[in-house]
Amino acid sequence: MNPLPLVAVAGNPNAGKSALFNALTGARQKVGNYPGVTVERHVGRATLPDGAPVEFVDLPGAYGLDPSSPDEAVTRDVLLGKQKGERLPQALLIVVDASNLDNHLRFALQLIDLGLPTVIALNMIDLAKRDGLELDAGKLEQELGVPVVETVAVRKRGMDEVMERLNELLLQPRKIRAGEGPSHDLLTLQRRAREIAIGAIVRETPVRRITHRLDGVLLHPVAGPIILAAVMFLMFQAVFSWSTVPADALEAATLNIGNVVGRALPPGLFRSLIVDGVFAGVGAVIVFLPQILILFGFILVLESTGYMVRAAFIMDRLMSHAGLSGRAFIPLLSSFACAVPGIMATRTIDDPKDRLTTILVAPLMTCSARLPVYTLIIAAFIPAVTVGPGIGLQGLVLFGLYISGIVSALLAAIVLSKTAVKGGGGAFMMELPKYQLPRLGDVLIGLWQRSMIFLKRAGTIILGTTIVLWALASFPQAGPGEKQSDVSIAGHIADGIHAVVAPIGFNKDISMALLPAMAAREVAVAAIGTVYSLDATSDQGVQTLEQRLAGRWSLATALAFLAWFVFAPQCISTIAVTRRETNGWRWPLFMVSYLFVLAYIAAGATYWTAVAFGLG
Amino acid sequence: MTGPMIPLDQLKLGTHARIAAIDWAALGESEANRLRQFGFDEGVSVEPLHLGPFGKDPLAVKVGRMTVAIRKAQAKAVKVTTEAA
Repeated sequence: MNPLPLVAVAGNPNAGKSALFNALTGARQKVGNYPGVTVERHVGRATLPDGAPVEFVDLPGAYGLDPSSPDEAVTRDVLLGKQKGERLPQALLIVVDASNLDNHLRFALQLIDLGLPTVIALNMIDLAKRDGLELDAGKLEQELGVPVVETVAVRKRGMDEVMERLNELLLQPRKIRAGEGPSHDLLTLQRRAREIAIGAIVRETPVRRITHRLDGVLLHPVAGPIILAAVMFLMFQAVFSWSTVPADALEAATLNIGNVVGRALPPGLFRSLIVDGVFAGVGAVIVFLPQILILFGFILVLESTGYMVRAAFIMDRLMSHAGLSGRAFIPLLSSFACAVPGIMATRTIDDPKDRLTTILVAPLMTCSARLPVYTLIIAAFIPAVTVGPGIGLQGLVLFGLYISGIVSALLAAIVLSKTAVKGGGGAFMMELPKYQLPRLGDVLIGLWQRSMIFLKRAGTIILGTTIVLWALASFPQAGPGEKQSDVSIAGHIADGIHAVVAPIGFNKDISMALLPAMAAREVAVAAIGTVYSLDATSDQGVQTLEQRLAGRWSLATALAFLAWFVFAPQCISTIAVTRRETNGWRWPLFMVSYLFVLAYIAAGATYWTAVAFGLG
Repeated sequence: MTGPMIPLDQLKLGTHARIAAIDWAALGESEANRLRQFGFDEGVSVEPLHLGPFGKDPLAVKVGRMTVAIRKAQAKAVKVTTEAA
């Protein structure tokens, strides 16, 4: 089969490249990985005006063809036809920000030099006008020698014309050569870019730019940090409170379906597998989808508005005390969703030592997979009372757990940057892009991709682990008067683990959950769910997990369990991505060991403090 | 007439100036590369806009049409002259 013609979408960061890619391909996208590197490959399909299908690949944003990160290296290699897992594109769509031509044209000139058939999208032309800048696209086209199309990707303006120009280029029989990289030095190109940009400006009226005025408030020395703290607090309150209604509905639905299916099946092992294994296990995890979506929603919106970079700017100085740069703020903030994309996002950190430190502390940020564990325990043990206007005690405890993660990450970074990872601490250099309203469609596409990843995990790793655990917990079968969780294989394994964790207040149920939690942390909840439904007598069948827990654990044990999970050794995926990003086993092993030690100490300290206060 | 050459990190916020010289040797290779990519070059207009709230670092500076954040340690290598004098 002949592959479809491939069009590469390239441009500077913040040129609106991904918005344009979304506008051209809509929901017909696939996210994968380039082989051997952890750079995401986004491809999507569209139909040319003549009816032929075409494939677009959204290349990582870059400032030039001389890469300073693995992302930028992929962009260069694809365009030179040297990237494994990607064919040489037949055409190139360069996206430039109309109000930042001096800078974006330099990279565009480099790209035009590659000799691929090229169209330039003069993007965000509306924002340029808003800023009092009037441009002559025809003049630009003359100077650059390639078609230039005015676009507003977020409003889908100019998309038809882009497709028409690409169609014309793809129809022309033209020999495609793989270029040999930049021929001019950076400063010469930069000066040429500035000349062309100045030549294309028809009129410029100075106006007070919206971004400038917003930055006056959001980067204000006093108001800035207060607003940042408020945004973070709102985000975590939202994760906990906005999700209650959909999460309760999902939980009720899962319970009901489980009961209906259970009644339809003949009693016996198979029914136990479906009801106690599949429904109790996976069901316990699916209910956290609303929270994960709210968290990702916040992160996507903060990123697309341009606020995330401002947060990095505000935090840089504090982060530098911890041996990190403000750049680490974004990977660490993403780690609240999941450490895997967080660790992958560290690739934007130029300094290798800074980057390593960031990777090592990223798992301390409370990832969304820990959220199910936190919320379950909080719901079971912390009363739902308010302690102030609009501030619930449960939300406050959750906030506290997140804060402990952050504080420990900073402390760990200080220690690491003075011991194991000495010699980092260089630069912080970032572009502060214009503020933009987030576009619902782009956020929804991002949310859709994230929830699919989560549901696939729930459907494969979590389901698989749950079934294995169900089997271990179901055999051999308990005789009369015996408790299933005592006689099973899992029970005996848990006895072994229990001997180690009993001093820090963990009971046997927890011991049983710890091992599968390594596959994915949220499995801890699924595992406890499975164990308890196996132990339940028939009249307890419809109790929720929270009701069961509250009856069986002491408050001290519950608190110790929470403390454990602040540090808990990370899941297999995190270890795997760390190995990939650090090229070896040394650092992932180091990471697992130090976190295990911290988790043990923290849980022990919490347990014995709580017992001393009479909560045992 | 141009004023005396001062390092960018000592320029008052909101002051328009032009880059007179950049001490590339004082910067690391990747830092120098990034600055070039941001468009730092002799003759380009600069205007410091904001300072980080904690310890007045880093510095947000408008360079050409773009706003970038750099630490004062790097800004020091950029020498500027103010237009009026």
